[in-house]
Amino acid sequence: MIGFAVSAAAPFFYRRFPGYFGWIAVSFPLFLFFSFTSFYPRIAAGEVLRETVFWVPSLGINLSFLLDGLSFTFALIITLIGAAVFLYAGTYMKHYGHASRFFVYIGLFMTSMLGLVLSDNIAAMFVFWELTGISSFLLIGFSHHKEQSRKSAMQALLVTGGGGLALLAGLILLYGISGTFEFSGLYPKRHLIVNSPLYPAATVLVMLGAFTKSAQFPFHFWLPNAMEAPTPVSAYLHSATMVKAGIYLLARMNHVLGGTALWQDTLLVVGAVTMVCSALLAFNQTDLKKLLAYSTLSVLGTLTMMIGIGSELAIKAFFIYLIAHSLYKGTLFLVAGTIDHAAGSRDTGVLGGLGRAMPFTMATAMLASFSMMGVIPLVGFIGKETLYASILEMEEWSRYLIAAAVIANGLLVMITLVAGIRPFFGSMRRLPSVPHEAPFAMLAGPACLAVLGLLAGLFPDFFMGAMLDWLASSVLADTLTFRIKLWHGFNEVLFLSFLTLLCGMLFYAARIKLLPCLHGRHITPVLKPSSWYDAALAGMLRVARWQTRILQNGSLRNYITVIVLTAVTLAVSVLAGSFSAFPEIPALDVTFYEVVIVSIILVSILVLITSSSRLKAVIALGVTGFSTGIIFILYSAPDLALTTFAIETLGVILFVLVLYRLPRFTSYSTTASRARDAAIACVFGIFMALMVLYTVSGELDSGLKRYFAGASLPEGKGRNIVNVILVDFRAIDTLGEITVLAVAAIGVFAMLKLTLKGGSR
Amino acid sequence: MTLLLAIVTGSLYAAGIFLILRRNMVKVIFGLILLGHAANLLIFTVGRLTKGIPAFVPEGSDMLTGRFADPLPQALILTAIVIGFGVQAFTIVLFKRTWLTLGTEDLDMMKTTDEPPKE
Repeated sequence: MIGFAVSAAAPFFYRRFPGYFGWIAVSFPLFLFFSFTSFYPRIAAGEVLRETVFWVPSLGINLSFLLDGLSFTFALIITLIGAAVFLYAGTYMKHYGHASRFFVYIGLFMTSMLGLVLSDNIAAMFVFWELTGISSFLLIGFSHHKEQSRKSAMQALLVTGGGGLALLAGLILLYGISGTFEFSGLYPKRHLIVNSPLYPAATVLVMLGAFTKSAQFPFHFWLPNAMEAPTPVSAYLHSATMVKAGIYLLARMNHVLGGTALWQDTLLVVGAVTMVCSALLAFNQTDLKKLLAYSTLSVLGTLTMMIGIGSELAIKAFFIYLIAHSLYKGTLFLVAGTIDHAAGSRDTGVLGGLGRAMPFTMATAMLASFSMMGVIPLVGFIGKETLYASILEMEEWSRYLIAAAVIANGLLVMITLVAGIRPFFGSMRRLPSVPHEAPFAMLAGPACLAVLGLLAGLFPDFFMGAMLDWLASSVLADTLTFRIKLWHGFNEVLFLSFLTLLCGMLFYAARIKLLPCLHGRHITPVLKPSSWYDAALAGMLRVARWQTRILQNGSLRNYITVIVLTAVTLAVSVLAGSFSAFPEIPALDVTFYEVVIVSIILVSILVLITSSSRLKAVIALGVTGFSTGIIFILYSAPDLALTTFAIETLGVILFVLVLYRLPRFTSYSTTASRARDAAIACVFGIFMALMVLYTVSGELDSGLKRYFAGASLPEGKGRNIVNVILVDFRAIDTLGEITVLAVAAIGVFAMLKLTLKGGSR
Repeated sequence: MTLLLAIVTGSLYAAGIFLILRRNMVKVIFGLILLGHAANLLIFTVGRLTKGIPAFVPEGSDMLTGRFADPLPQALILTAIVIGFGVQAFTIVLFKRTWLTLGTEDLDMMKTTDEPPKE
């Protein structure tokens, strides 16, 4: 919660210390990081920490937080990478406008992401889930003056938001089955959930949410497009943390939903397909960040696949791989940003020979690259080794998966060679700007992460060994006994690692040969899910436009027709039940002059409708008004009659004055449309007449009538009760009425007297 | 008389709706005014008709008793008449202005804010 306040405060600090803001900002995630590490001994002892703040207790929605191995790992990654990125961004974002806004967004993101992984309550987790989506939207669209930025941001929001809706539905189904909103409450009910008839639906919906968030095939297309965001964002959200939210959810739910063929096989297949496809898609990319994005996709696929394998070893590999990936990919992205910053280009075809100008950046990039390639002795090596081992351990499919994994990892090696190493060697080309070494603040973060990757590789026991057991136990039910080591000796896993590196070299060589041929050609235009997305979006807009044309066509007549018919239909359908009999027709006790008055009104209405002379129509209108006044006189309403007379007189004068010079009526409508309108009008008229009869057939007991009769003189000091009501009991109302008149008068005056500049006649 | 007034009210509504559905803007204004009359008569009739006994407190007495016309609907109608006049005056002048600016009284020609194509 404090996070939101801190991120809101960011702009004030930024304005005060623009130069050193990165150093101030970094203190926040760093502080969180260390406060999380202080929990380490307790987590390592297998303890699960909980804290609950009541939010909507009546619905079982509370802000309850859970700190176990899984959330602990994610929290550490988030805060650690966060610290590096904050520090980096303090310098990097200087040449962007609105940098303070950037820190608000990214602070918001970090807080939501922490909330997401720490929440024990499903509903609260979902809220944080959506918050990360929103902050991601804001960050991708940060350069909102670029169309591509806005489009990518929208795409990311729609895809992840759509998945979020599916997730919400899935979570509600889970709640329906189990009756609890807490993750910790779901675990004991696993049996109930898995055997429920709603289980497949809930599982598929939850997986949809996770797949869109973590950009699994076929929802992967938004992630490369999200590279429009400033580089720190790509490093933080779109490789190290947010895209792993889906993976986190899958790991978290593995306890509850896992163990079935549906869950394991789907994850396995989707993960494997994503792993291979996205690595292949990277083949003809030349943009540094896009290359890295495709490799991130591939890794996300691998992670999903490992949950799908679901064995103890696989879960262990999952964690090592997760940590390793966050460390090296965050670094590589930041390095890519540095290169972009220094050399002014991200095109791998142009970059080269930067090593001499930027030695420290090169060293950092090397470390991260070797980790990504899985070279001894970095942490990436252990990750890959464990991955291979866990695949080999499988009974079926092992052969295919290992081939897929080797190819995908080989392609990753290729990507690394292209994106992480190639830019620093070779001959220097002509670049948009002269490369220079990055400032310390932009170097410190990535360098720390890279060195951590090395240390974690060299001393795996110290960094991860103790953690891993209870890490895995938070995903699987039982505890594990497996020690990780850097060196396992010469076995087939090591052989596979070498094979992978070899493959990578071959791919790299092939790429150099093939790239000129592929240049400017689309490889898979038909099978591109992003074109499905475009088509769906265009279709939706078309539907929206079509229905707007039907409903909001700008024609007054259509609106009124719809309103009248709807009102009549609804009222009739409701009232038809409550009134059984036709209204009692009151006796016709009329005098001669009443009949005359009524006839006059009816005749003048007829004249008004049919007249083709404007003057005649105005007279008929006046006659109608005056006759109404006479009815008021007859039935004890002298004030009304006086007002009506006065106003009708004014109205007729106004009409004559304004309309005098106009030509005769032109008739625009056809006979058919008149007949249709007449039918509508008659239906409404008959309906209203019946309403009157229904209403007067009942009793009316108005206490107000007696009240006003009694209170008028003592309280209002007036004998004319109608007047007293107007100026005394309802004085505010009358004041409003006067105001309306005044406004109308001003409008009239303005329209009559003021002429537009040079415009009107 | 209630029956007759119900018929008159219904006719006024029908005529008002019919006129408001026209394309000619002047007729739409007539329709608007007729609808105003119709609503006033509706409230008046529904508030029960009382012949010849206006709601005045007689001299020498401090309250009104017995049978008399309900003052509340009348007060409401009075407000409505005045507001109706405001609307009427405004629309008439608005129409005049539209006529002067656009040179048409056909509502179908006023669907868009774009300039009409010049021929």
